[in-house]
Amino acid sequence: MSMNRRQFLKIAGVSTILGLGGTSALNALRGSALEASHVLTDEKALNAKRWAMVIDMSKFKTGEDYKRVIKACHSIHNVPDLGNPKDEIKWIWTDTFAHTFPSQPNEYMEEGIKHRPFILLCNHCANPPCVRVCPTKATFKRKDGIIMMDQHRCIGCRFCMAGCPFGARSFNYKDPRPFLKEENKEYPTRTIGVVEKCTFCFERLARGLVPACVEASQEAAKAAGGEPGMFFGDLDDPKSEVRKLLATRYTIRRKPELGTDPSVFYVVGGDKNA
Amino acid sequence: MLEKALTGSRSYWTWIFFLLALVGIGFVNYLYQFKTGLGITGMSRDVSWGLYIGQFTFLVGVAASAVMLVIPYYLHDFKKFGKIVILGEFLAVAAVTMCIAFIFVDLGQPMRVLNVILYPTPKSILFWDMIVLNGYLFLNIVIGWMTLSSDRKGIKPPEWIKPLIYLSIPWAVSIHTVTAFLYAGLPDRYFWLSALTAASFLSSAFAAGPALLIILALIVRKFTKFDPGKEPIQAVGKIVTYAMIANVFFLGLKIFTAAYSQIPGYLYPMKYLYFGIEGFDKLVPIMWASSILAVISLAILIVPALRKNETTLVLACIALFVSLWIDKGFGFIVGGFVPNPFKKVMEYWPTMPEILITIGVWALGFLVLTLLYKIAVTVREETAGIEIEH
Repeated sequence: MSMNRRQFLKIAGVSTILGLGGTSALNALRGSALEASHVLTDEKALNAKRWAMVIDMSKFKTGEDYKRVIKACHSIHNVPDLGNPKDEIKWIWTDTFAHTFPSQPNEYMEEGIKHRPFILLCNHCANPPCVRVCPTKATFKRKDGIIMMDQHRCIGCRFCMAGCPFGARSFNYKDPRPFLKEENKEYPTRTIGVVEKCTFCFERLARGLVPACVEASQEAAKAAGGEPGMFFGDLDDPKSEVRKLLATRYTIRRKPELGTDPSVFYVVGGDKNA
Repeated sequence: MLEKALTGSRSYWTWIFFLLALVGIGFVNYLYQFKTGLGITGMSRDVSWGLYIGQFTFLVGVAASAVMLVIPYYLHDFKKFGKIVILGEFLAVAAVTMCIAFIFVDLGQPMRVLNVILYPTPKSILFWDMIVLNGYLFLNIVIGWMTLSSDRKGIKPPEWIKPLIYLSIPWAVSIHTVTAFLYAGLPDRYFWLSALTAASFLSSAFAAGPALLIILALIVRKFTKFDPGKEPIQAVGKIVTYAMIANVFFLGLKIFTAAYSQIPGYLYPMKYLYFGIEGFDKLVPIMWASSILAVISLAILIVPALRKNETTLVLACIALFVSLWIDKGFGFIVGGFVPNPFKKVMEYWPTMPEILITIGVWALGFLVLTLLYKIAVTVREETAGIEIEH
């Protein structure tokens, strides 16, 4: 079939418009449009209705115990060390009891607890204010309770940082890449102008591994013949390790009065019966 | 009508090029920020919003204040505002332009700004703020332009403009209410977490916006043949007075709740802003300056003889504008972040590039304002003596 230039351009133009508009409209009808919350699952993947963590602070004895878990996380997730508190990026870090639980001030408390650093990270709240305020769904709650970040969608408005009452979120004020001591090629680095935080190691759970901090704590305990300080499991499963701990030990959460329903629990007391 | 902005005196062009130079300086600094990130500002992990978002918040109020001229003129048939209502509408256009620019320069990934539309998220107040701000910009451009061009032709504006004018009234209230909701619903930010936030935003807006309008009207009178008239200015002066009294009253209510309940969440931000905490007191001088200027402006505004004297009235307006600018354009934002969620004090102060970018955006707003006012004033000069009812 022969056609002149004018006919060709006409057909090409119409089919381009149909191609662009038409397929996307069809995709929307089919429901096959990919959302950022869609994930690829693997057979070995660890699954839960609501992931949760229990941190037994009494098991953290030396500075090395803290350093180990922080390093395990920050090294594999390419968390840079910018060397100043203004631009700082941190996914897991430490602070005192008074700063971790500011609604529980007690200057006469047991010296051991008063001066002990507490492990802090994103609480993966069941009712997360950060997700509520995000204008692009760049931060969202997964079906397993993990509060995720899509760093390709984040516009860097920092509304989530104002919304998070736990200071769990960091913003890339500077290009983080020059500040990485060693880059883990298995995990993406970030660009300037996006927010990031702990993701409960979603990438490890997908491969059947517990979060890096928990693994570091458990491996060190095994090597030393002691008990680990960090536990991870399904809060919805009564037989899970975290539920057993919650049923037998006295645990507290950060700022429960705000109604965000954190998924990170702390065992504060010193001995087993506390 | 646009061509009227293209002819002007030597001083008009000097002013235009002065503003363009400031926009240029701001733009160069913005390019630096765009390339290296928001780390060049004073903002930090703890104080993650600063001067930019403060200006945005303050200017939403200035924009909303146009309604203080629209209500008397269109709902109460207060004819004396007939000539100046356009000044309020065009001020709103310039102010919303600045608001949008300040949001843009605050974004870490500005090239992704359209994600707000591509992934609409009605649960986020920022989504609604985008809608109400753009809607308000559109309303004021259309209303201002249509009424002014009708005036120029000596005809009545088209009938379809009336519903838009009535719509602009609740819409003006909505822009500042929604902006207040950005803050008033955040857990643990006790300085913002108050049902009073939106109300006090509106009161300070209806004081600062009309105060700026008085200053602008007097500048227009001085440099052009268009006289906004003595009576309308006095009427706006009364609006400023009542709104400022309400605003100071609301501030008093907040101080009472914080000081008498002694609940740390409410008390500490106030203490930080006005007295400092453990030697951290960067904002103390400017917060007291704001308070003193508020008292001075109120003293002038409340005494009838001083309010009726245009020299003292304009002094009161300048004092009030600066006072509320410090309070809302700076103190309000920082007070929400200090102390931080760990009850630690991490201070904020803007850097030089951040200040230059801020000045650049203000200059952009004043450029838009100058061009629009030039058009409005030229039309008013040409149609002097002719009254057209809208």
